[in-house]
Amino acid sequence: MSPQRMGRWLPWISTPLLLAVFFLAWDVFVRVNNMSELVLPRPGTVLASLVDLVQDPETWAHARVTATETIAGFLIALGAGITVGAILGKVRWMEYSLRPMIVASQVVPKVALIPLFVIWFGFGMTSKIIMSAMLAFFPIMLNVQLGVRSVESGQRDVMRALNASRWHTFRHLELKSTMPYVFAGMEVGIVFAIIGTIVGEYLGGSEGLGYLVVRTLNELNAPALFAVIILLSVLGLLLYFVVNGLKRFFIPWHESVYSQHDVNA
Amino acid sequence: MSAHHAETLDAAAGTPAPAAPPKLELTGVGKQFRTKRATTQALDDIDLTITDGEFVSLIGRSGCGKTTLLRMLAGLLSPTEGKILVEGRSLWDGSTVDSSVVSQLGVVFQEANLFPWYSVLDNIALPLQLRGDGKAERRERARELAELVGLQGFEKSYPRELSGGMRQRVAIARALSTHPKLLLMDEPFGALDALTRERMNLELQRIALATNATVVFVTHDIAEAVFLGDRVVHLTPRPGRISGITHVDFARPRDIDVETEAEFGKIVRELRHALDGEE
Repeated sequence: MSPQRMGRWLPWISTPLLLAVFFLAWDVFVRVNNMSELVLPRPGTVLASLVDLVQDPETWAHARVTATETIAGFLIALGAGITVGAILGKVRWMEYSLRPMIVASQVVPKVALIPLFVIWFGFGMTSKIIMSAMLAFFPIMLNVQLGVRSVESGQRDVMRALNASRWHTFRHLELKSTMPYVFAGMEVGIVFAIIGTIVGEYLGGSEGLGYLVVRTLNELNAPALFAVIILLSVLGLLLYFVVNGLKRFFIPWHESVYSQHDVNA
Repeated sequence: MSAHHAETLDAAAGTPAPAAPPKLELTGVGKQFRTKRATTQALDDIDLTITDGEFVSLIGRSGCGKTTLLRMLAGLLSPTEGKILVEGRSLWDGSTVDSSVVSQLGVVFQEANLFPWYSVLDNIALPLQLRGDGKAERRERARELAELVGLQGFEKSYPRELSGGMRQRVAIARALSTHPKLLLMDEPFGALDALTRERMNLELQRIALATNATVVFVTHDIAEAVFLGDRVVHLTPRPGRISGITHVDFARPRDIDVETEAEFGKIVRELRHALDGEE
């Protein structure tokens, strides 16, 4: 059997199997050590709690808030990241003059700024959207900048020898060869955007799955805490797959898509 | 210096003056690279006339300026001295290139430089698309060329699915798509293995004959230069100058066995000595 074909069906068997082993080991661990379910609940208890959570309409309102904040923050980061990345990639003197500031701004632990955002923008969605955008911006910007510079000189020569206009060179060469970098930045960016949103919700506000985490913690309801974390993971996975799906749709010719080394190949 | 003159005269005598302007005419072409520390004369006083349908190999050791010369012919690098005329029209005006002359050239580089996001057909048709040809027209011409270079059945493939030799075939087809007056090739088979290279040489000869193309072919492989060329122009380094021109008179189409003929071996040997003597 070819490795390609094996790569197609093997994950569908191995993943459930590994999960089953994981949950079994978890259950055995709790029972053997005779642990309190207040500290580490058994998988069965978590499952029951998850079912309760999913059936509660309030949960979905929280999930919607988190998703909205994440997507809004991500889109802002995408627009800003592409614009700034393209400019810095193209205009050398801009990069030289701005680089120290950009590096400095990345060294600042941005999560520490959330209390400030709460003071300025209140406990609503705005402060979380800003946090999420700030975290997602940098990886996108950096990748776009790299992509703009990574157009192969040989391919440029082809366009020059063909007498191509600026617009044609952009449309047929620069745009296309930057796309894989944009998507690489987006895949990292969406994960960062979720982190930004959740941390924002931890620290201020009364909405979102991040807030639910804090509330269940205050109630010392460990099974519910686990259930919320599972929901958050599912949300993250969904958003990642959306970005990955877009990538597969827009750049099917790229190595990261057609080679089977991809995460969900 | 006198040898240089003699060879130039010899070259002039070898090409009887045609009524129409020659395909390509270089007079006193030179290139200087200036850096802060030094000025390097990469090429100096190149005179060369190429007639319609002629296949000219350009050979020399690495660093002799043959790629520089080809890039100047392709409109990618401006000469600092001299004139380059394509069918009597000047390619360069100072350091700006005349785009209407460039559009009559086809260039093939050492790397195929295909666009991985386009299929074989779309890669071949790219020059036509840039020129603004209609879709149906482009498709038809691209199909025709895919067949010419032996890629029928691969029209919808993507570059990553092709071997190195096949990619160069696409690059050749792309260069031919606009019916160029002059085909410029910069070591197009330099990155291929010996067997594939031999096949590609035969294919290129066939394609050149079928399209009656005028070709300037840069290589560092003496046997390849002799096998393909009607004339072999040798360059010496520092500064790059034409040190001689060898006529190769084997009948076409030449098959690969020509390389085992005594005459072929003699020409190769002479060329090798000529190039070695330049150290």
